[in-house]
Amino acid sequence: MEAYFDNSATTPVYPEVRDLVVKLMEEDYGNPSSLHLKGVKAAGYIKDARERLARLMKVQPKEIVFTSGGTESNNMALIGGALANRRAGNKIITTSVEHASVGSTVDFLKDMGFEVVRIGVDSRGLIDEQQLIDAVDDDTIIVSVMYVNNEIGAVMPIQDLVKRVKEKNPSVLIHVDAIQAFGKYTIYPGRMGIDMMSISSHKFHGPKGVGALYIRDRVKVKPIIYGGGQQSGMRSGTENVPGIAGMVLAAEMTYNDLDAKVEHMRQLKEHLIGELTQIEDVYSNSGDAPHIASITFKGVRSEVMLHALEERGVYVSSGSACSSNKHSVSSTLKSIGLPQEKLESTLRFSFSPENTMDQVDYAVDCCKELLPVLRRYRRKK
Amino acid sequence: MQYKAFMIKYAEIGTKGKNRYIFEDILCRNINRKLKNYGEFYVRKEQGRIFVECKSEYDYEDVVNALGKVFGIVGICPVVVEENTDFDNLRDKVIEYVDKAYDRKNFTFKVFTRRNDKSYPMTSMEVSAELGHFLLEAYPDIQVDVHSPQEIINVEIRKVAYIYSITIPGPGGLPVGTNGKGMALLSGGIDSPVAAYMIAKRGVVVEAVYFHAPPFTSERAKQKVIDLACLVADYAGAIKLHVVNFSDVQMAIYDNCPHEELTIIMKRYMIKIAEELANQNDCQCTITGESIGQVSSQTVFSLNVINEVSTMPVFRPCIGLDKQEIVDISEKIGTYETSILPYEDCCTTFVAKHPVTKPILSAIEKSESKLEGIIEPLYQKAVETAEVVMCRAKQ
Repeated sequence: MEAYFDNSATTPVYPEVRDLVVKLMEEDYGNPSSLHLKGVKAAGYIKDARERLARLMKVQPKEIVFTSGGTESNNMALIGGALANRRAGNKIITTSVEHASVGSTVDFLKDMGFEVVRIGVDSRGLIDEQQLIDAVDDDTIIVSVMYVNNEIGAVMPIQDLVKRVKEKNPSVLIHVDAIQAFGKYTIYPGRMGIDMMSISSHKFHGPKGVGALYIRDRVKVKPIIYGGGQQSGMRSGTENVPGIAGMVLAAEMTYNDLDAKVEHMRQLKEHLIGELTQIEDVYSNSGDAPHIASITFKGVRSEVMLHALEERGVYVSSGSACSSNKHSVSSTLKSIGLPQEKLESTLRFSFSPENTMDQVDYAVDCCKELLPVLRRYRRKK
Repeated sequence: MQYKAFMIKYAEIGTKGKNRYIFEDILCRNINRKLKNYGEFYVRKEQGRIFVECKSEYDYEDVVNALGKVFGIVGICPVVVEENTDFDNLRDKVIEYVDKAYDRKNFTFKVFTRRNDKSYPMTSMEVSAELGHFLLEAYPDIQVDVHSPQEIINVEIRKVAYIYSITIPGPGGLPVGTNGKGMALLSGGIDSPVAAYMIAKRGVVVEAVYFHAPPFTSERAKQKVIDLACLVADYAGAIKLHVVNFSDVQMAIYDNCPHEELTIIMKRYMIKIAEELANQNDCQCTITGESIGQVSSQTVFSLNVINEVSTMPVFRPCIGLDKQEIVDISEKIGTYETSILPYEDCCTTFVAKHPVTKPILSAIEKSESKLEGIIEPLYQKAVETAEVVMCRAKQ
């Protein structure tokens, strides 16, 4: 049996989305900037996609910028937002558990002379709200907080935060990295008072290499990519027509019957956690997100467990895929205060609506079979 | 003007007496194989030299680069081939040749002419003198020096005329295939690909063995070793890589032997398995990247105890090199960047924190005796289930 439980890394593309992407590559391949019919047709797809995504998020079409993915969206929001508002202040507040596309970007801004404050989290991965509010002052220009943490699935109290930050300093821009949340929660950024919000297509069964940034009307963001002035100058470069159209179709399909899908994922997650934590020295660090389970298998290095599961067709990740790349232990797990041995022994199982309870049972059986064997082989002191 | 041929110089082969033709034939074959994907070439032996004639369009840089990876070649001379051997034409072509071959025309030189075609109206001396004269006229900053010139402009007049002077250094060594076959133990680190390269350079065909230990090592680590073998294959020719699943053997050693002796005992089993595969594949030696004192299992004491299980020579070409010297070679041959990718060390389960550095053979053998009756079937299975991956140079 195969069980792909790494949906927070990426998801398979819906067949309908694939067909649309292929059609746009083979037939309607025009450049949206071309004046002839092919170009007009391609431009029509972009306009249509923008309107439909706007409708899903209940925002205005002009408030959406298409990007090359979540990382670019986060870069645009933070760098573009900071550069456009540097006269208003110099301080950027974020958290200690952001994805690297936020974390490394604010490091860059720090090098550029901005003051960066990172708010810590408690053992559940939730930020200290009061501490964040206390940090907001007249000099603060951006507060960037992720909606759902990518490693453990902690869900940040965004609505409450937005309210309290704006009460203290209404001119602060609030950026939300919703890359793990979009398609799991119905998020209306405009209504919630969010100023900028990042999403990434391939996390909800769309193609890779495309994403979007919501930028509230009248919020000042400087472009970070210059060229032919596409997308009203906000993001130059020929639009990725197949990707953009594919993403929006995937978003609509994801939103279709969303409550039932979320409920299904939550059942899978809870069943997995319930079964696994009955095993001795297995713990859950999972937050409230319906699709992410973070499990510590004490006494087995996470890579070893990962590869052993992989041999049985169960695909999971150690920390987040991106922190595995850097070959360093996860920052979120460290931030929630896991001791070293647990840090090195934690796996993430992340679900999509297409996963089944049978797959979960199979994965649980694999873990039960593997743990006693693998626990015997550890580096001795 | 495109060079129509390359003259290949080789050195050591010339000393091989009656076997010389075998070495030359193998070098010709290796050159042919190497150039297969770069165009149409005709490789032939001629009076102690090898000529590569270019029968189609080709990319000069790519071909010189490819020839630079064929062991046995010490020099590559790009040659202008001129069918019209009339002196007036030769004069023009030699002047044009110098213009193209030298960016700065301020060297000392002589023209050296050989004449196979004795019906040619001028003697070799006359041709040299006349060509020298015209070259001086064309390039006022060059000077003749017949005793120790910086550049020798060679002109050979046969049915056609050859003009050449510059020699691009080749990799040296002996043609791969002239000296038996060896089984290299590839780990994915920096040293073992360098060792395989160095032995291949002496004409040895290289096969390789990698000890894969899932789930303790990852698919990426295995892919990395395959990538490294492909890089070495750029010099050594295609490498047959045997991927041995070592997990069961490793776990049995872990279960039964003292922790601090794990590495030594594991390495003894690796050598045994490598030798078994070497025998099955007609190899006469094994090859490792060990260097004295680099890690605990590479002290002279450890090497002695590990070596004791071997029955065929274990070649360790890096043995006397410092780490930096090995790194320098790996950078030169292009394996360094791949070797330092991190996947390999993600599991340290089987490495003791304080391994023995002065193992005693009798003690190790005593520890190994606890494996009797347990390890034999695991060992056999590891040998029998080895997966073969052919690793070819990427173009």
